[in-house]
Amino acid sequence: MKPSRFEYFAPESLAEAVALRDAHPGAAVLAGGQSLLPIMNFRLGRPEQVIDLRKASELAFVRVQNDVVEVGAMTRQRDLERDEGAARANPLIAESLRLVAHAVIRNRGTVGGSIAHADPAAELPALLSCLDGSVEVAGVRGRRRISAGELFVFHLTTSLEPNEVITSVSFPALEPSWGWSFLEVTRRHGDFALAGVCAALKLDGDRCVGQVRLAACGIGTTPVRLSTAEEALLSRPLTEKALREAGRAAAGYVTAGDETQASTAYRRQLVEALVRRSLLRAAARLERRTS
Amino acid sequence: MTSAPSFGTRVRRNEDERLLTGRGRYIDDITLEGALAVAFVRSPMASARIISVDTSQAMALEGVHLVVTCDDIEHLDTEMPLLIPDPSLTSPRTQRPLARGEVFYVGQTVAMVVADDRYVAEDAADLVEVVYEPLEAVVGVDRAVASGARSVHEGVAGNVAAHSRQRSGEPDAAFASAEHVTSVTVRVERSSAAPMEPRAVAARWDSVLGELTVWDGTQAPISVRGGLASLFGLDEHRVRVVAPDVGGGFGQKVLLFYPDEVLVPWAAVKLNRPVKYIEDRQENFLGSTHERLQVHHIELAATRDGLVTGLRDSFLHDTGAFIPYGLAVAQVAAGQIAGSYRIPNISVDFKAVYTNTVPVTPYRGCGRPHACFAIERAMDVLADDLGIDRFEIRRRNFIGTEEFPYDRPGLIFADGQPVSYDGGDYARALSLLEEALDPPAFRAEQEAARSEGRYLGLGLACYVEGTGLGPYEGGHVKVHPITGKVYVNTGLSSQGQGHATSFAQIAADEVGVSPSDVVVVEGDTGEFDWGVATFASRAAVVSGNAIRKAALIVREQIVHQASQMFEAAPEDIVIEEGKVFVQGVESRALTLAEVATMSNPLRYAFNKAAQSATQFTPAARRDGAALAEGAHPGLEATDYFSPASTTWAYGVHGAIVEVDPATFEVKVKRYVCVHDCGRMINPMIVEGQVIGGVAQGMGGAFYELLDYDAEGNLRNASLMEFLMPYATEVPRVEISHLETPSPRNPLGVKGVGEAGTIPVAAAFASAVEDALAPLLHGHLLDVPLSPTSLHAATRAG
Ligand SMILES: Cc1cc2nc3c(=O)[nH]c(=O)nc-3n(C[C@H](O)[C@H](O)[C@H](O)COP(=O)(O)OP(=O)(O)OC[C@H]3O[C@@H](n4cnc5c(N)ncnc54)[C@H](O)[C@@H]3O)c2cc1C
Repeated sequence: MKPSRFEYFAPESLAEAVALRDAHPGAAVLAGGQSLLPIMNFRLGRPEQVIDLRKASELAFVRVQNDVVEVGAMTRQRDLERDEGAARANPLIAESLRLVAHAVIRNRGTVGGSIAHADPAAELPALLSCLDGSVEVAGVRGRRRISAGELFVFHLTTSLEPNEVITSVSFPALEPSWGWSFLEVTRRHGDFALAGVCAALKLDGDRCVGQVRLAACGIGTTPVRLSTAEEALLSRPLTEKALREAGRAAAGYVTAGDETQASTAYRRQLVEALVRRSLLRAAARLERRTS
Repeated sequence: MTSAPSFGTRVRRNEDERLLTGRGRYIDDITLEGALAVAFVRSPMASARIISVDTSQAMALEGVHLVVTCDDIEHLDTEMPLLIPDPSLTSPRTQRPLARGEVFYVGQTVAMVVADDRYVAEDAADLVEVVYEPLEAVVGVDRAVASGARSVHEGVAGNVAAHSRQRSGEPDAAFASAEHVTSVTVRVERSSAAPMEPRAVAARWDSVLGELTVWDGTQAPISVRGGLASLFGLDEHRVRVVAPDVGGGFGQKVLLFYPDEVLVPWAAVKLNRPVKYIEDRQENFLGSTHERLQVHHIELAATRDGLVTGLRDSFLHDTGAFIPYGLAVAQVAAGQIAGSYRIPNISVDFKAVYTNTVPVTPYRGCGRPHACFAIERAMDVLADDLGIDRFEIRRRNFIGTEEFPYDRPGLIFADGQPVSYDGGDYARALSLLEEALDPPAFRAEQEAARSEGRYLGLGLACYVEGTGLGPYEGGHVKVHPITGKVYVNTGLSSQGQGHATSFAQIAADEVGVSPSDVVVVEGDTGEFDWGVATFASRAAVVSGNAIRKAALIVREQIVHQASQMFEAAPEDIVIEEGKVFVQGVESRALTLAEVATMSNPLRYAFNKAAQSATQFTPAARRDGAALAEGAHPGLEATDYFSPASTTWAYGVHGAIVEVDPATFEVKVKRYVCVHDCGRMINPMIVEGQVIGGVAQGMGGAFYELLDYDAEGNLRNASLMEFLMPYATEVPRVEISHLETPSPRNPLGVKGVGEAGTIPVAAAFASAVEDALAPLLHGHLLDVPLSPTSLHAATRAG
């Protein structure tokens, strides 16, 4: 479990990093290393060069502006989790981060790294999908923005060009009229979720669902936006029937096959239960927020 | 007379300061100037013929010193020993250090690389080209014994390495006349001990002295030394094996030999340079032994009142690709199959079965958790079948206090002796559990909870544990003449069990010092070289009693020496906290160091105490020779303890859980453990063993599962995917101690190292089953329990 030979770079600016990335097609970008290093140590990946972003300090920031929480790619997960401005603008961010691994891993793991890694069981990609967020990426030809819906392509695969790096991640804010919840089931504390459901919800005057966003992790090859479950809820009160229908619709999105830790059948039931509970929790919080 | 005994008290651990401040020395901490690193080429196939191995590219890599296959390792190219032969083990197969012609499991060592460091060694291992011709893999005990299954080893038909049958009483008659028969098939999954420190070996050859030193993270340094001496044709005194601090063993490190244990010393001799092999976590899963997988078909014959009159168990034991440790695991399971119950008629058969998987050797519990799971689940099912309460059915079948020693003639235990329980009060243990859990109150709570859609359950499991097996261990006790510290040696070694404290307490009480003045030295064949190994919860019983015997002799020596010095009667000599004096004259006390110095007639007065010990001082003047005929200098003795029979610890665990009916998460609300390990040397250390055992038992109950696919690939060979409970998953354990002294050794102790682990899976299966009863189709007969398995159990028709 030692990596194969590689050349190491630690550029001090994004521009330098992008240039290196372009010059070395066989390189890997190193952020917090919490996913990349195990891959290299198991020799599942053998990059010829490693471009460590840790010195590109311009990539570590949290900015709340225009109803968006913009987070530099190299911001440590733990720093975002503890950022008060971000928490005020969108409490779902900290709630999601607390479910990511253990504190020691969040101390190193970065927000950009988690998004770029695109693990379908990871929380941040699901959060980004739930909120319709986006990332900004930079390449030698300049910068562009990719929406969550277009970013996550497959298991550990994004739509980034091989020579692009993520510079920041934008999470839309949730104003106080939204309720929120992220619930998941893990085998042990801090493990990747067998399934998780992220929910944000607005009720209108007659306590009917005005707007709702639902996304799940751990159920397929990407984070999954549970659109048909959202549709099933719109303009209805959160009755048992509505919850059940939403849960069933969500269960239909499960494509993960039978695995050591979870069968497909179990995951379906789990997602159904988590959708229900997450919605109820979001609604209960809304009650508290507005009352 | 002595000071208040430390035996039985919560003495703080002597080893903790060193270990907790990072001063432990594990093998990787031992710096050997110029040491080279080892990596292995391991088979990626579960079963294949080796067509060719090409090491030329690997050899050419810079920094590589040696790349060897079976063709290059001289006399080591031979099958490694079958450690514990048995007449029923008719088709034993053991492994070669490096595969010759064929591989039998994923992870088997095919070639060894020695290089400047581990990075280069792994690069070189990647460059070794092996061409395999794949053969059909045999995976899963059930499939291995199915008709038409391929043989893992040529010539072993049906893959049966051993078929053992044992009978006690008249089982056939018992079943023929039974009013009721309950039969169940239970399965305990394959697992690994996964010690915190993987295995490690380092070796240095001293060509001037012709001496080989091997640092080995083993549980059996003396046995390893014997084996190495024999393999290398060296006198035992030319081989020194040191097991320094070892980060957990749990049985995995008692096997000898792993390929690295012989190849690393060989390479050190060959290259005349120190060589080190530090196993990594993946290798620990693929190259170090596994355990647990057994499938038991168990039947109980009973009266309608729930009195069990007969037991019939037939089980398959997965031994993996080889069987170097013999039948120990299966043998222990068979010997304990009837658990805490009288059951006079028993038939137990097992087959040890080869599969194309990592070999199996004992892991904490060694067959006991399997047997316990089988009998305890069967007792629960019997109780349900007959409509009898699960506590009550156990009470009706317990061996009574007046029935000890209780023999099961015809059943042979792992020490080759007939099974014979030594004593205890099984019913009292159960009553204590009932008091703690209050089942009637719980039933009311359970009913109320169910009406709210919450599922609570209470479960229990009893266990016995044959501990303290022979053949023997020794103890050496010596009072150091300079410091007055008492040095204790024994031949087995510690992997974190607290020997440096428990053994110190035993010696301290007999000699008359405080335990902190006792220095326990273990795990170095250069210090003490008779003994066996640490396994089977035996250290306290076997080494503990040996140390006590040696300490008693030293005590006599002190009394004798002091009575001469004080010109007082031996009965009047008092030893207290390291001071020796005549009763009533404490003001004239000598230190133990002074007595030790005086017991060694000197010529040269090299320090103050020695001044009074030379031949010329009046105090030392004797008639005639300085040392009497037959006497030896110093305060020092060695003695041995060899138990005639096993000691039997026992207990009962109970759990209250809540199961989420939608997500199948299990929350442990209470965990109560009542146990009896005889007299406790140090209750704090005992509790540490019990709680650690429960944690490991939780692993077996809910998490531990080595997941082989049909091709024999281990799908979860990492700690990311092989789950063990974290501290966050282990509940608070409430412990009640009972202390029935064992009549089988002078200290009255029984082992406790494995006790905590044994009944945990059975207790949780019982509790979760009780919780989910309204939703389940049938009983929970397989562990580990997972959300997925529980979900399936509520679905299956
Ligand atoms: C024991 C353990 C448990 C874990 N549990 C969870 C969990 O429950 N939930 C969860 O979400 N995660 C979990 N993780 C993963 C953790 O959150 C990682 O930190 C995260 O997935 C990757 O972030 P990183 O900063 O460490 O990235 P790295 O490991 O450095 O990189 C990961 C990948 O992203 C690429 N990359 C990184 N930054 C950029 C960038 N700016 N632009 C382009 N590509 C980039 C890298 O090249 C690499 O391919 C766990 C990790 C461990 C070790």
